[in-house]
Amino acid sequence: MSANETMSFEQALERLEAIVNQLENGDVPLEQAIELYQEGMSLSSLCSGKLKQVESKIEMLIETEQGLATKPFASSSLEKGE
Amino acid sequence: MAMQPHIYTIKDINKYIRMKMDSDAVLSDVWLRGEISNFTHHSSGHMYFTLKDKDSRIKCVMFSSHNARLKFVPREGTKVIARGTVSVFERDGAYQFYANMMQPDGLGSLYLAYEQLKAKLEEEGLFAASRKRTLPLFPVTVGVVTSPTGAAVRDIITTIKRRMPSAHILLAPVQVQGELAAPSIVKAITAMNEHCGCDVLIVGRGGGSLEELWAFNEEAVVRAIASSAIPVISAVGHETDFTLSDFAADVRAATPTAAAELAVPHIQELSGIVFRQQEKLTHALRRYIDGRAERLRRVQHNPIFAQPKRYFLQQAERVDYLQLALRNSLQAKLQQNQRKLSQVESKLARLHPEQRIKLLDNRLQHLQQKLNEQMLSGLKHKKMQTGALIKQLDALSPLKVMARGYSLTYTGDGQLLKKVDQAEIGDTVEVKVSDGSLVCKVEEIKDQA
Repeated sequence: MSANETMSFEQALERLEAIVNQLENGDVPLEQAIELYQEGMSLSSLCSGKLKQVESKIEMLIETEQGLATKPFASSSLEKGE
Repeated sequence: MAMQPHIYTIKDINKYIRMKMDSDAVLSDVWLRGEISNFTHHSSGHMYFTLKDKDSRIKCVMFSSHNARLKFVPREGTKVIARGTVSVFERDGAYQFYANMMQPDGLGSLYLAYEQLKAKLEEEGLFAASRKRTLPLFPVTVGVVTSPTGAAVRDIITTIKRRMPSAHILLAPVQVQGELAAPSIVKAITAMNEHCGCDVLIVGRGGGSLEELWAFNEEAVVRAIASSAIPVISAVGHETDFTLSDFAADVRAATPTAAAELAVPHIQELSGIVFRQQEKLTHALRRYIDGRAERLRRVQHNPIFAQPKRYFLQQAERVDYLQLALRNSLQAKLQQNQRKLSQVESKLARLHPEQRIKLLDNRLQHLQQKLNEQMLSGLKHKKMQTGALIKQLDALSPLKVMARGYSLTYTGDGQLLKKVDQAEIGDTVEVKVSDGSLVCKVEEIKDQA
């Protein structure tokens, strides 16, 4: 498995941990060790990238005639408090 | 003379009033209905509060010995029916109600329903620990089922945004109290599951009275939570009491804020985790390479590479030594075998047939000799016997008789002539005497008869 954008954060982190363990055990040929390291680094940057995403959405689930839909939730009202 | 008024101490008058009140039949057993306010549960265990209705209020005490038996947790705003006595706290000169029994007003049936439903769902295994799922570490979308207005939704959204700015929040607005609350919550949970995309659900509301929280004890809501495909965090703002929704949820949070904290990780913490993993990765590779380099170095420094000649000389010496040892050991083995062989040979010699033959031969000779001796002695004996017999025989011999003058006469054909009729006149007969014979002619036959 190689690092790619479709991986979830958990999958990537889990894989990264597995790679670290494998490298720490030292039980792999050198070529594979280097491949693992490269994969680990790209997994690490994938994880970091996912953490840095800031575009968040706050939406509200509503029922329409066509069924369920979402619309932006006016969070501005939240800031005012009650 | 004016009457000197009797001046009481305050303590005395308070005591007096207390005596009056304590002896009053009504005040010694009073039932009151009211709402709790200014509630304090003192560290001593006693409860202090005020009971009020729309017109008035009275200070109340419930000592720990009595409140330990309460079937519910009294709190601010709870409507109760209480039974007790009214008396005076002498130090303050204040009368108060000393409650010894208390139950939620109008909630008796709700409590019963709660306990019954809880027992039923528990038996069904709806609350089993084995059903609890772990929450995702890094949810992309958090579903929130609560009222769109109020502190709860605000707390949840601000907490999520603070901890994990990238998280999407999908709010399913519901009523959280009143008749329509339960169906609207059930519908929202179902919609969230159908809409998909949520990694975790927060279902809850802010704090309130038991009645206000009641929707979260309704069977339909509890079952909707239990059967949700998305892991559920319950957040019914209530620190001490558990709603049945809390039991059915995968995780129970005491407050909406706590629920949001459980739902999403703190991004900095995660960054830390990722960073640490990256560091570990680099260290691991470095250690890996160091380890390999060390192994290579060790191999390179092996004497066989450093001083190959010495190594080979050593080996040659070893070969010599081994050859010698081999020879020695062969020789020793040979000697040992020879010793063994000669032992066997001497043993064999002792058993050789020649010996036995000699032995038998000896015995044979001995027997032969014995036989000879026996034979000889037997022969001698026989000889002696024979001698004696010969002498005997000799004595009987006709020759001896003839020597005494007897003779024997034979006919011409050699017959011994015993009767006269054997001869006729003119026959020639031979007369044998001791020293010879006479041939005579018969001239006359004389018959005796």
